[in-house]
Amino acid sequence: MPPTIPQSSAVQVRSVTRDFGSGDAMTRALRGVDLDIPHGELLMLVGPSGCGKTTLVSIIAGTLQPTGGEVHVLGHDLVAMPPAARVRFRRSNVGFIFQSYNLLPALTAVENAAVPLIIAGSSRARALPAAAALLDRLGLGSRLTNLPSELSGGQQQRVAIARALVHEPRLLICDEPTSALDAENGRITMELIAGLAVRPDRVVIVVTHDQRVYPYADRIATMEDGQIVSIEARKRGAIGAPPHHT
Amino acid sequence: MLWIAWKMLIGNRAKYLGIVFGVAFAALLIAQQSSIFCGLMALTVSQILDVEGAGVWVMDPKVKYVDDVKPMADTHLYRVRGVSGVDWAVRFYKGIARARLESGSYEQVILLGLDDATFIGAPLNMIEGSIDDLRAPDAVIMDVVGYRKLWPEEPFKRGRIIEMNDRRAVIVGLARARKTFQSFPVVYTRYSQAVRFAPPERKVLSFVLAEPAPGVAAAELAERIRSQTGLQALSRDAFLDKTIRYYLLNTGIPINFGITVGLGFLVGTAIAGQTFYLFIVENLRQFGALKAMGTGNGTILLMVLAQALHVGLVGLGVGVGLAALFGWGTRSFSKLSFYMPWQVLVITAVAVFLIVLLASLLSIRRVFIVDPAIVFRG
Repeated sequence: MPPTIPQSSAVQVRSVTRDFGSGDAMTRALRGVDLDIPHGELLMLVGPSGCGKTTLVSIIAGTLQPTGGEVHVLGHDLVAMPPAARVRFRRSNVGFIFQSYNLLPALTAVENAAVPLIIAGSSRARALPAAAALLDRLGLGSRLTNLPSELSGGQQQRVAIARALVHEPRLLICDEPTSALDAENGRITMELIAGLAVRPDRVVIVVTHDQRVYPYADRIATMEDGQIVSIEARKRGAIGAPPHHT
Repeated sequence: MLWIAWKMLIGNRAKYLGIVFGVAFAALLIAQQSSIFCGLMALTVSQILDVEGAGVWVMDPKVKYVDDVKPMADTHLYRVRGVSGVDWAVRFYKGIARARLESGSYEQVILLGLDDATFIGAPLNMIEGSIDDLRAPDAVIMDVVGYRKLWPEEPFKRGRIIEMNDRRAVIVGLARARKTFQSFPVVYTRYSQAVRFAPPERKVLSFVLAEPAPGVAAAELAERIRSQTGLQALSRDAFLDKTIRYYLLNTGIPINFGITVGLGFLVGTAIAGQTFYLFIVENLRQFGALKAMGTGNGTILLMVLAQALHVGLVGLGVGVGLAALFGWGTRSFSKLSFYMPWQVLVITAVAVFLIVLLASLLSIRRVFIVDPAIVFRG
């Protein structure tokens, strides 16, 4: 019996399955996942490699369709949504922070940060100042015109954070945001995410292996073998530096 | 988004130059070979082009091209003059003669006989002497390239004597004439003299050159002459077309050049297509990130096409520029024909844009099917 869907939930996932391949080669990455995430929450998705974390966030972000089940995000039924509408949904509502940053190497820091605004149709004249202001808040005001190859890993991840937030998305997906960083840069990155990104009208999902960042979570969902096996509520900021809502 | 596409393209300098090189190489080959082909075709009609002032050429009905001379009776001149709409009509002799030089050696020359009274068809650009010098007994004027071919390294010597058909011919001037397809020297003389330099024949009139009266179009006059005399009459442009068409249809020239141009197209497509494909494949992750962030396939297609268009334009400019430079650099080689009309630029541009279109179509499928979730894979 699936649990009832709380009306306040920003993300509602019901009995979601996802298969890859077919026949004997078929792999079931998700085996009936249920998950609710309320507005304003920072949820961490943890578990061993191959347990289905990335598949689940890909489905929640609208970049991957489930094989079965229901997915409602910010009031949108992603399963029933046509592909073109899912593209528009991602453009307006989703910000991404990737493990490998995925910055465009030919663009400067400020140009990279402005990409979502440009995708959304803003002119460069409007997008670049907005991106520059955000990078300034992230401490990169002096590196605006640097190419990614001229920035350290931590600085690149801050550019990625700016890019993820510049268009004010209501869903932020962070895939292993600290795994390529040293401890200090990982802590700074999580503080920026928790301090800058978490808002009452936004959901933040962080996929991570990094136990050092657990203290920044409101809840931690643990996955194993394509299922969520436990959800642990945390008091955010209890360990390590206390993040702040903005 | 086109700005991002452009930055992505030029951001990878080596790949960018590789693609541009491929396109430029194809454009160079296509433009250069097409221009040499056009130069050769221009040679075939050089003697029509050199005859200024006559709007209509009248000839035997069996003539297929300008060098296919079938002599007519001189009386045809008066029949042509009798057609209404003819302002004037004159005789014109064209043939091949064998010239015996002072050294005793023989050379073939193109012999042109101009109307004795008007010199219609005479060269416009005299280098030594004047056209009026042709009024002297046995006088001929030779084209400068032909003169240098017969007497290389020697300055012009007025009064130099050659023999044609055992008759003395005195060179009294040098003229600039278009290069000929046969590359023989061109010798101008009076019509009455030309028929004596030529081997004896019952009929000697090669062409009648006619000019329409004011208000009569050349094509219209040609039609009147055709219908009233039974001769073949063509406007100057129609005769150019007929001659070029003859060479296109009856020689291997277009096939030989077509093969080279085709190879240029294939090589360009292969180099540009492969490099562009590799560029796209190397950027799949970036395209995946853009798709994850909400860029649709239509926009991605526009981006790839814009990148292709950019390298096409740059490659076309470089290739055509190099081809033009080649033509300019070799302009002094009398044996090389190079003529780049605007049609060559259009053909090259169409070929180049086909190349970049093919290259982008080869690549775009990879971008279309790339899963935006690729960005989650470390």
